[in-house]
Amino acid sequence: MTDPATTPPSLQVSGLAYAYPDGHQALFGVDLTVARGERVALLGPNGAGKTTLVLHLNGILTAGAGTVTVAGLPVAKTHLAEIRRRVGIVFQDPDDQLFMPTVREDVAFGPAAAGLRGAELEERVRRALERVGMAEFADRPPHHLSFGQRRRVAVATVLAMEPEILVLDEPSSNLDPASRRELADILRSLEVTVLMVTHDLPYALELCPRSVVLSGGVIAADGGTQELLCDEELMREHRLELPFGFDPRSVTAPVR
Amino acid sequence: MHVPDGFIDAPVSVATGVVAAGAVAVSLRGARRELDERTAPLAGLVAAFIFAVQMLNFPVAAGTSGHLLGGALAAILVGPYTGVLCVSVVLLMQGVLFADGGLTALGVNITDMAVVTTVVAYAIFRTIVKLAPHRRRTVTVASFVAALISVPAAAIAFTAIYALGGTADVSIGKVFTAMVGVHVLIGIGEAAITALTVGAVVAVRPDLVYGARGVTARPLEIRDSPLAPAAPGAVARAEAPAAEPATAEPATAGPTTAEPATAEPTTAEPTAAASRTPEPVAAPRRSARHVWWAGLAAALLCAGVVSFYASASPDGLEKVAHDKGIDQKEEDHAAKDSPLADYGVKDISDARISGGLAGVIGVGATLAVGSGVFIVVRRRRATAESGRV
Amino acid sequence: MGAGHAHKLYREGRSPVHALPPHCKIAAVFCFVLVVVSTPREAVWAFGAYAVLLAGVVAVARIPAGYVLRRLLIEIPFVAFAVLMPFIAEGPRVEALGMSLSESGLWSAWNILAKGTLGVAASVLLASTTELRALLLGLERLRMPSLLVQIASFMIRYGDVISDEMRRMRIARQSRGFEARGVRHWGVLASSAGALFIRSYERGERVHLAMVSRGYTGTMPVIDDVTASRAQWLYAAALPLTALVVCLTGWMLP
Repeated sequence: MTDPATTPPSLQVSGLAYAYPDGHQALFGVDLTVARGERVALLGPNGAGKTTLVLHLNGILTAGAGTVTVAGLPVAKTHLAEIRRRVGIVFQDPDDQLFMPTVREDVAFGPAAAGLRGAELEERVRRALERVGMAEFADRPPHHLSFGQRRRVAVATVLAMEPEILVLDEPSSNLDPASRRELADILRSLEVTVLMVTHDLPYALELCPRSVVLSGGVIAADGGTQELLCDEELMREHRLELPFGFDPRSVTAPVR
Repeated sequence: MHVPDGFIDAPVSVATGVVAAGAVAVSLRGARRELDERTAPLAGLVAAFIFAVQMLNFPVAAGTSGHLLGGALAAILVGPYTGVLCVSVVLLMQGVLFADGGLTALGVNITDMAVVTTVVAYAIFRTIVKLAPHRRRTVTVASFVAALISVPAAAIAFTAIYALGGTADVSIGKVFTAMVGVHVLIGIGEAAITALTVGAVVAVRPDLVYGARGVTARPLEIRDSPLAPAAPGAVARAEAPAAEPATAEPATAGPTTAEPATAEPTTAEPTAAASRTPEPVAAPRRSARHVWWAGLAAALLCAGVVSFYASASPDGLEKVAHDKGIDQKEEDHAAKDSPLADYGVKDISDARISGGLAGVIGVGATLAVGSGVFIVVRRRRATAESGRV
Repeated sequence: MGAGHAHKLYREGRSPVHALPPHCKIAAVFCFVLVVVSTPREAVWAFGAYAVLLAGVVAVARIPAGYVLRRLLIEIPFVAFAVLMPFIAEGPRVEALGMSLSESGLWSAWNILAKGTLGVAASVLLASTTELRALLLGLERLRMPSLLVQIASFMIRYGDVISDEMRRMRIARQSRGFEARGVRHWGVLASSAGALFIRSYERGERVHLAMVSRGYTGTMPVIDDVTASRAQWLYAAALPLTALVVCLTGWMLP
């Protein structure tokens, strides 16, 4: 990890509030800082505003109040393209993310939109697919792949943009245990800042040394993942439940 | 109503082509104001939706079936300029992909189905919305009336084009009665679907309805947070006044201990809305009368069209020709191997009896709907209390 | 999702017609239809010649004739209309097979039938030899305003989404024993339309978010570019030019 004093944090959110156009307010002043190279889990019950927060990170939703800064660059209309290159979001449903006829074209979409062409583009695509172990599927149509493979391609589409911070929305949902482990291995091998939105607590414990709890549209807790998971009262208060028989104390978690 | 190649002669085809190109050019210019990054895909969705719903046939009466033209829906959802573009794109793609509507008749089809429906519908819609109080229900009622009139308007426009350059030697009167008669019926279906679609969208995502912009706006609420600025901003689209935090609880001990957080803002909003919503409160009595007159005008217009239709006593055979020639077409559309194909509603295909009967039912139904709009609007204003249609 | 690029009307193939750049094909088809429409209806033989020309293209494109004929069925309503024309049109009448037929009606019927069929056949050929994305690219190359191209490409993208949602809703309705039979069921259909719109919008919105998140700014990035050579233009022009010759001859001959 680089010295936090010299490099701006990958992500800085302060006082973020937002209401949807139908009047439903989802965020009530969120403050969150993620240093470069950190892996942070964003935990919270359904409807806590997790996805809404994620959509602010690359300027898809515009803050009603407060600011979001990515590696020193404020998220604003003037440099959206750069912000979107820096923040790679992997959405929950890979079918929403993969829309091109072949895996190769899908992974190329982002870099091509950023102006990359020819051999450089091919190289970028190949490298991204190799990092998720999907290089041999480059010419297959995405909808012919298994769900786990599609999720990995979705990660590759984002990696191809070489983002500053990788944001994953429920990365482990709908995965069978083997695909879950494969994805965890891939995520561990990456050297980017990761913000992982999830309510899969063991997965958070496995991958992220630090966790924050978003509840009721505000950050309710921030600390080591293991500490948070062991705090039974906090967990109950925010509708976070460990799977049956899982004891966070029995696991050797990665240190911060 | 899709016109094939060779139906309208060359000079009129070219002339309508020029009209259509002009209209599209004007719309392109105007659409720049209506569209932004978020609404461009909405326009595409509206186009796809119209494409799809044109295949959703609903039984009209005695064996005829109709489908949405979509102009009214497009105008209300994305604005008139973009609406013209949406329907034009639908027609272009239908022509190129499905051979539905000739390529050289594209000008006729765009002028008739994209421009006339959209412009007529939007004009009516805006008039009603302007005169009536700014309510969600007003939007629905206005959509109904706008769609109801836009379809026969397109039929009249078609007849006019036909009168100028029709290659078939059939009298204008016959074409007019058959076209308008059938399309008054289709208009009722279109009105129902348009009103329900717009109503549903306004209820859930009012931000997606161009015609209803500014109807909803609510101030933001900020909960306790050390870095939060003192003066919270407002929702993007509205000029809502800033509100002081309505609740202030410690962040860690949030109020939502036992239930999902979504419940929170919804319970908070009535107070905020009641105290400071920017919704303009129009003088209800005067507006009610305006809506009343609009309803009456709509009813009279329909009745007028229908009485013409009835007095001209249409030739049954020709009626069938039009029913089959123009409306069954969409059934064939649906019978193709398209992914949307199997959606069509089966209707009674025995059309032999349909001719005269459709006319009679048309008169009744139109009058009923016309006066229905009228009564419903009046009752609503009188009781100011709701009840689903 | 993701499957919306090879549309159902497209027939995979490697013929010279498939290989032509899309904008050449679109221009050729449009000119051809234009020529056909401006042919005098009395020149019956000319329409025969056009049909032969199109049949030639079908052969070169190696599309089964049966396939094209089946796609021509879209025209049936107008055939029905045309068949009725002799009975309802005005003007001098002729007696045939014991029926009184309008002479001008007969000509009108022939006119609509011949020109309509040729137009439909040409469009069918275009759609079955050109991929959707290529069609859009072609329209863009022909200087169609980019906003229209954008709306069209979103329309095609959302088309899949909508038809998916439609199918799900229809299955849900049918499994509860609903079938629309008359006016009574309008309400159900209409409210389905509203729900359909919101459901597909929200799904489409997610797809759009994913695109925007990866730098989409309104135009699809060109990953493989197409350009047309002079030879390809000439090759594509063969059809409308031959048709033009036929048409002019049709005007010249009495």
